[in-house]
Amino acid sequence: MNDQNSRKIIAFCCSNCASSAAGISHKLNETLPENVEVIQVPCTGRIEVLHMLKPFENGADGVYIAGCQEDSCQYISGITKAKKRVQHVKKILSELGIEPERIEAFSLSAARGQEFVQIARDMTDKIKAMGTL
Amino acid sequence: MIVAEPKPIKEILEMVRDYKKILVVGCKGCVTVCNVGGAKEVGILASTLRIAARKDNREIEVGEHTLERQCDPEYVDELKDIIDKYDAVISIACGVGPQFLSERYPEKRIFPGVNTKFMGGAVEHGIWAERCAGCGTCVIHYFGGLCPIARCSKSLMNGPCGGSAGGKCEVSKDIDCVWDMIVKKLMKEGRLDDLLKFRPPKDWTTARDGGPRRLVREELVK
Ligand code: SF4
Ligand code: SF4
Repeated sequence: MNDQNSRKIIAFCCSNCASSAAGISHKLNETLPENVEVIQVPCTGRIEVLHMLKPFENGADGVYIAGCQEDSCQYISGITKAKKRVQHVKKILSELGIEPERIEAFSLSAARGQEFVQIARDMTDKIKAMGTL
Repeated sequence: MIVAEPKPIKEILEMVRDYKKILVVGCKGCVTVCNVGGAKEVGILASTLRIAARKDNREIEVGEHTLERQCDPEYVDELKDIIDKYDAVISIACGVGPQFLSERYPEKRIFPGVNTKFMGGAVEHGIWAERCAGCGTCVIHYFGGLCPIARCSKSLMNGPCGGSAGGKCEVSKDIDCVWDMIVKKLMKEGRLDDLLKFRPPKDWTTARDGGPRRLVREELVK
């Protein structure tokens, strides 16, 4: 954690679209908030429920998945599966009395660099407002 | 397989509220296949318990272990060197598992982490349906290979009843009337007359009605 107000957020990003978007954002000189740690994955469909829970267990206050558009996933249904799992994790968090909004899933396309950064900023603001878990 | 579903987290948290060292034990048998009690789900439940503790600022230690099967004493024995480190154990095997653990480790508090539902199979990915009620004397060959005991809401041996409509059972639109299926299947095979053959009433003493059951196979007993 960088300072008292910055909450650790883990962002699982698909290397096909979200990470290309990240590359574009870099070229645009748009930087991600420092508290967002990006983990690149070949496909968001590989991110299991346990992967989504582990960051919360280990001190993160928010998690999000950034993958392809549902109709243009490189591996057909990766982001659709990931979104279903995110819903399941939201249910687990709710049952624990934790805000389900601490985990989200977003669809991006490779060209949307600005949106990639905006998602990170919005998540950061949202999690900051909620405080630590 | 034996089909089960996870217990609500709240119920599990309530069970183990007073314990600080908890072991979650999975089973590589049926509950792994129905995605409720294998190594993967052990990890998910253990992580969930740790997150709950983090939220409440409580220190807990959660161990994870998955046995080959929890319904065989030789595998249950495997826990003997690790179980002492824990105050409570959550078994996410079917209801047989936590009972075998309780019998082998009577001094430990053993809790069930799943609700065991029925004997059945996966009809679609993520959807399971009941197929057998373990009546002890299988008769499905009289009924086109379909079980009227497990699959008819009234376990009728002569059906369908008056509640059968459009292939559905009167109990719910989600239940196919198995007697509709039996009749249609036998008609298609030109064997409908088979249902007219006299058969004595089913002997229910081999089912649960005869009390808890036990099976002895002399050729296997050591
Ligand atoms: S007849 Fe009995 S043993 Fe056979 S499938 Fe039905 S309940 Fe199971
Ligand atoms: S409608 Fe069919 S399944 Fe339902 S109780 Fe009657 S015979 Fe059994």
